[in-house]
Amino acid sequence: MVSASGILGYGFPESSLKAGLARKPHMIGVDGGSSDPGPHYLGSGKPFTNRHSIKRDLSLLVRGALANKIPMMIGTCGGAGGEPHLQMCNELLQEISCEHDLHFKLALIHSEQNKSWLKERVKANRVHALGAAAPLTDAVIDRAERIVGMMGPEPYRAALDAGAQVILAGRSTDPAPWAALAMHHGMPPAQAWFSGKMLECACNAALPKKHDCLMGTVARDYVEVEPMNPELRCTPLSVAVQCLHENASPVIHKEPGGILDTSACEIKPHSDRAVRVSGMQWLPQPYTIKLEGAEKVGYSAITFAGTRDPGLIGQIDNFVQTVRESVATKVAAFNISPEDYQFVVRLYGKNGVMDAWEPSAGTISHELGILAEAVAKTQDIANAVISVMRVTFLHTDFPGRLCKEGNMGFPFSPSDIERGPVYEFSLRHVVEPDDPCQMFPIEYATV
Amino acid sequence: MPKLKEIAKACKSKNAGPYELTLDIMFEDAATFEKVRKTGVICPELIARLYRVPVASVVFTEFPPAHAYKATIERRIASGAVGDTDVYGAQQHAPLLDVEIPI
Repeated sequence: MVSASGILGYGFPESSLKAGLARKPHMIGVDGGSSDPGPHYLGSGKPFTNRHSIKRDLSLLVRGALANKIPMMIGTCGGAGGEPHLQMCNELLQEISCEHDLHFKLALIHSEQNKSWLKERVKANRVHALGAAAPLTDAVIDRAERIVGMMGPEPYRAALDAGAQVILAGRSTDPAPWAALAMHHGMPPAQAWFSGKMLECACNAALPKKHDCLMGTVARDYVEVEPMNPELRCTPLSVAVQCLHENASPVIHKEPGGILDTSACEIKPHSDRAVRVSGMQWLPQPYTIKLEGAEKVGYSAITFAGTRDPGLIGQIDNFVQTVRESVATKVAAFNISPEDYQFVVRLYGKNGVMDAWEPSAGTISHELGILAEAVAKTQDIANAVISVMRVTFLHTDFPGRLCKEGNMGFPFSPSDIERGPVYEFSLRHVVEPDDPCQMFPIEYATV
Repeated sequence: MPKLKEIAKACKSKNAGPYELTLDIMFEDAATFEKVRKTGVICPELIARLYRVPVASVVFTEFPPAHAYKATIERRIASGAVGDTDVYGAQQHAPLLDVEIPI
């Protein structure tokens, strides 16, 4: 099996895909998503990669797969796997198919969740909170802009059984496409899941780490990985490092229906560029699906400025407090309630990157960057608050002030920037479905 | 006494989902990892102290195949929530860099 790249739209060398196809794989796929870029994409329905770059990757993959009569699968289409994300990938696929006169059986696997169904599950006590989350309530479900379930390999297997040649899927656990294909061909779950775990980030498991194609070979008792670009190689260490990637634990990987346990793995070089891993275990668990949701929390406006005044920098915390109080008074005069907005000040050069976790509380640079943000119930209120904040930062007096022309250097005119609606992740729960495919309807089409 | 930034091959932070942050500390070879391991300095208590979280909430794993330690903690605030400063969680590793390792 080939994994083309870490994310659909991040690109890969065409020569690597060709080299992969020359080895006659049983499928090619790529993971399309991540929650890493934050809640905006799930909330807004927009992709975090560009249409042009997605189309370029998708076109090479679908043409390569059809020419070799093997399935092509994309997990978590469009970054967040919601309905608009899936439809965007489908539109691009239809464009490519017209341009290249391609014909195939398509499966679209949906992952957006019906809110009423979810509320029934909550009532039936079949939704469970993870980590520090509170139990899921109807109010949280109602406020969510969009809720997706993270599917396992089963819906992919159902689509393969139905003869689909191209599978575009909504939100999926990253290893799902490869785990599905390996199990479809009778491989045991431990090896199938492990291959997916290695392939989901493609050449993240190789050296040097690049957006490039990785080949994974699954046998009953081992998994082998090898990069398709001759300039790259997998080493036992690079493969072990992939086990650490973006997981809470390097040895316990929680997946729908079980745990992939890699604690007893043996990782050995198979050639100077390929690595063979054995000893992985699959521990079956009650079947649950992880939920992701995003809700709109308001509208944002920001302004950015810097100060080079040592007198001001020396008393920055008091100054920011004075500005906050002054802004609150001025905004109250517009009949805007304090409950309808909040402001956030990030001080770059002090603790702008780590905030409360910053250990060097006393260290301050010779200049400070000030990112002021207003988040409000409407864009109009956010704009009004940021406008007042900008002027107040610029002209508020402080003890020992020598430059009374303005406290801040603003790099832009206009200096206030509307950011539009802002979202927060709002679900941290799993749900027990009746069966692994229940939450993920499959739509077939002949292209 | 060497600091972690002088002897580690990698020392990094990243989201593990929107609500958790994972810290990886890796060494060049098994010998260095073993030497560091014998000091016992890198432990759940260290992570709890540096990031001001309860020690019981630190998921801590030694991972010899990668000559590495992994520690996972709750994010200060969910990724991208109002007031967040690091959506990817990719710049929260700095407190580890100056930890002194008596080897």
